[in-house]
Amino acid sequence: MIPPLEQVREMLSAGAAKSSLLVEREEAVAVAQFLKTDPQLQLDFCSCVTAVDYIKQDCIEVVYHLYSVALKHGPVALKVRAPRALEQCRMPSLTPVWRGCEYQEREAFDLYGVKFDGHPDLRRILMWDEFVDHPMRKDYVPPMDYEWEPTPHAETLARAKQTGGTVPASALEAKK
Amino acid sequence: MAVDPNLKSELQKQGIFVMPVEFLYNWSRKSSLWPIQFGLACCAIEMIAAAAARHDMARFGAEVFRASPRQADLMIVSGTVTKKMAPQVVRLYNQMPEPKYVIAMGACAISGGPFKDGYNVLKGVDRYIPVDIHIPGCPPRPEALLHALMTLQEKISKQHLNEVSWYDKNAPSEFPVPQYGAHDLEPPANPKVWEPPKK
Ligand code: SF4
Repeated sequence: MIPPLEQVREMLSAGAAKSSLLVEREEAVAVAQFLKTDPQLQLDFCSCVTAVDYIKQDCIEVVYHLYSVALKHGPVALKVRAPRALEQCRMPSLTPVWRGCEYQEREAFDLYGVKFDGHPDLRRILMWDEFVDHPMRKDYVPPMDYEWEPTPHAETLARAKQTGGTVPASALEAKK
Repeated sequence: MAVDPNLKSELQKQGIFVMPVEFLYNWSRKSSLWPIQFGLACCAIEMIAAAAARHDMARFGAEVFRASPRQADLMIVSGTVTKKMAPQVVRLYNQMPEPKYVIAMGACAISGGPFKDGYNVLKGVDRYIPVDIHIPGCPPRPEALLHALMTLQEKISKQHLNEVSWYDKNAPSEFPVPQYGAHDLEPPANPKVWEPPKK
């Protein structure tokens, strides 16, 4: 169901800047179209697409920052959530609405593993194609390939103790 | 040197210069080091500054930055080597003709620097290729790069023709290019040129 868009317009134009909308995946494209084309909002520019890993709530949230170049207002944050599990972590792409989302959605796919349905060219953009992990997820474990220095951060300190200030021998072995 | 210094200076007065072939060979190599033109991150800006008018690397004969590895003698690894870039760096190094030298410029190139805990940062380019000079700093000043160049020239002038590796048939001239793996580069380091630091 599409939310009462009239209400969205009122809410956004009341305090147009610094608002955020959390929408269901199924409704994202309709809402995006509305935000872009509504004469009072005209959010015609998507400046940033990023993602947040809410590991405790078991979801990944993709955040679109929208501005209106025509009306000089914004930002409005459009947020869409998907479950963390890799197979279900998908949502409709908003690249057809804002063309500039293309690379940034690729980045969200690369680093968070969000699959965007309807994206024209969904490939990794920063990591190499053979890479299988999604490094910005909070449960990502980077390769143990250097001597960890003891710092006050509990996690780093634990790793530093574990490796004893050296590079583990496994750093030299090829991992499959 | 076997030539008597007095005789040498006498000969010099007559316009005759006596020197070992090795000296001439090393002198000409060290006086025209052509670096390969590529920069990887912020350090590259300092490298450019070192080559530009104020610091003028041309004074040391190293101003001809070549766009092709085939024409270069010196690789200045100026900046962060990401794991995605590492195979290309090794490949460029392999394509340079011998004799060739490597300067690792900045904290990133020598150890990963401020990005050491990054998942996509190579923790030092010396994991794959032999490095002649390391310059610490983030970024090193152009003066530091010039000092590195002078240090390298000193190193070159001390090389002996009968010992240098590029005339040795058994010395490796090509280094294995790492492959992109599922979680990391494979292999993560070349054991022939690098070993983990001892405790
Ligand atoms: S050492 Fe510092 S200046 Fe040089 S590339 Fe790394 S971060 Fe940039």
